[in-house]
Amino acid sequence: MTPLLQVDGLVRHFPTRGGLFTPGRPVRAVEDVSFSVAPGEVLGLVGESGSGKSTIGNLVLRLDEPTAGRIRFDGQDITTAGEAALAAFRRRAQPIFQDPFGSLDPRMTVEQIVAEPLQVHGLAKGRAARRARVAELLNIVGLSEQHLTRYPHQFSGGQRQRIGIARALAVSPDLIVADEPVSALDVSIQAQIVNLLRDLQQRLGLAMIFIAHDLAVVEYVSDRVAVLYLGRIMELAPARQIVRTPKHPYTQALLSAVLEPDPDRKHTREVLQGDLPSPINPPSGCVFRTRCRHAIAACAEAVPPLRSVGDGHVSACIRADEL
Amino acid sequence: MSLSPLTQRRFAIFRAHKRGFWSLWIFLALFLLTLFAEFIANDRPLAIHFDGRWFFPVLHDYSEDAFDPGLMPLEADYTDPELRQVIEAKGWMLWPVIPFSYASIVKNLPVPAPAPPSWQNLLGTDDQARDVLSRVIYGFRISVLFGFTLTILSSVIGIAAGAVQGFYGGLTDLLFQRFIEIWGGMPQLFLLIILSSIIAPSFWILLAFLLLFSWMGLTGLVRAEFLRGRNLDYVRAAKALGVSDIAVMWRHILPNAMVATLTFLPFTLSGSVTILASLDFLGFGLPPGSPSLGELVSQGKNNLQAPWLGITAFVVLGGVLTLLIFIGEAVRDSFDPRRTAP
Repeated sequence: MTPLLQVDGLVRHFPTRGGLFTPGRPVRAVEDVSFSVAPGEVLGLVGESGSGKSTIGNLVLRLDEPTAGRIRFDGQDITTAGEAALAAFRRRAQPIFQDPFGSLDPRMTVEQIVAEPLQVHGLAKGRAARRARVAELLNIVGLSEQHLTRYPHQFSGGQRQRIGIARALAVSPDLIVADEPVSALDVSIQAQIVNLLRDLQQRLGLAMIFIAHDLAVVEYVSDRVAVLYLGRIMELAPARQIVRTPKHPYTQALLSAVLEPDPDRKHTREVLQGDLPSPINPPSGCVFRTRCRHAIAACAEAVPPLRSVGDGHVSACIRADEL
Repeated sequence: MSLSPLTQRRFAIFRAHKRGFWSLWIFLALFLLTLFAEFIANDRPLAIHFDGRWFFPVLHDYSEDAFDPGLMPLEADYTDPELRQVIEAKGWMLWPVIPFSYASIVKNLPVPAPAPPSWQNLLGTDDQARDVLSRVIYGFRISVLFGFTLTILSSVIGIAAGAVQGFYGGLTDLLFQRFIEIWGGMPQLFLLIILSSIIAPSFWILLAFLLLFSWMGLTGLVRAEFLRGRNLDYVRAAKALGVSDIAVMWRHILPNAMVATLTFLPFTLSGSVTILASLDFLGFGLPPGSPSLGELVSQGKNNLQAPWLGITAFVVLGGVLTLLIFIGEAVRDSFDPRRTAP
């Protein structure tokens, strides 16, 4: 099947200001990232803070310009797309944001917020038709028509996130980029929103990039999962496989940090030593080697490429076969 | 139209701010009154009933031979005793409360000008025998109108400039900032002195000239608001929807940046009134003969033996500025999110 989204060699460096005599060294937020998303597929992106997952989300939506690399959506390169092509792309790819309090304009009513995409793209023309469509969208996300005239501050975090989802769905997109959509919510609400997203994704056949730092949530929602570290993909595999048989030492460390629901089961936690290296000055070779307990001299020599270690399972570790 | 709860709360705070609330009403009443200055202080009658016909000299110009074919076909001077006799013989005239315009010369002064306050000239006359009260009424109007126009135009330009700077950031912002720093360093007053030595600045030329510099007052503030606003999630959501840059600025960032801007407006207005008054005081302002508060201040300074000039100028100018500052304080407080409604 041809992928809906194809990302090749994506690089994003943020320039920093240097000293008087030294040139600024860029922050390497995303380094040579490639992946694809098939129609109707959910790709999870996991990684700790600063791993570049949100930057990738912004780049895919072209809210930011890549330093290098190509992003093709339905065969068309969107990194070089002009006005018209970009407008068409924006109708098919929509974001869901992390902060349910910052993502809605505090001065607009729910109706205005959800109707804005319809107006911008000339969908559901006419006042009555637009209102009907907004009401329909609110119903889809579990809100009702009586909420139309209210303002965002009159809702709880979970309800606001539902409004954000309704806005994203208004244009009937093919791709949703959900940037940590539940991490700002209470745990009890998280489950509701995750279920809503999964339900909508299956019902509407949406492709989705699901960005989170909680592996359990990502595994539940995603078909495939990519693990990021310092702007690079460490491992990419079907969700089940990555949780059961992680091949990369970083993924293994991440998984050992997931809490077991059963308190009696023995839990061996592999604690990573040291801090995340600076993305301004990343380690040579494998970026994870400074904290990896399996690191050998060869790890410092070259950036390990993603190698196939199983069915649809790739890992960027030169020792993946031994471990 | 229904007001949002936030707007209602702001109105409630404003109303509870007694000093500012009353200042607003007093200011509006005075302003409305002076808007009709021609009907309050004029050297022409409001209406004349003459020989069974109606004349409205406030609105129309009539020549003297309209009343008596024996008189000259010149524009009628209703203060001329000869014409008054002719009209009053066959009808009557209705005069405004103050029968002097800002430029009319009081002819029957018992003492040399400036004449002290009397029943005829409640605030006396200035050194050119013109009625002070009449000049104050016209002067108030021109000061406030000038202030309003300057404030509105410089806000529009200032907000647009600040919005572009803040929204696009980067190089645009950098270049714009340097330009503002250089432009703001220009010696405004000296340029104005040079200008007024070449031409006599009219109301509009003066306005345009002051506008060249006054727009910078708001840009810094608006720029900061837009720099903050452009990275908010709902602004990014709008961009991801394909909303055009201008619509994003107008619909999503500006309304949320407006609070900081609005609180500034009354203070900008009082600043504009002050600027005009000081230019008039120095003699670089409105053309000679125009009624202006600044000119009255300078007359007061030159005629210390006639204290009614200086005192009037002080009270009127001080009064206007105080009212505007009180209004400004109330507006600022009502937009303050930490204030609670009474």
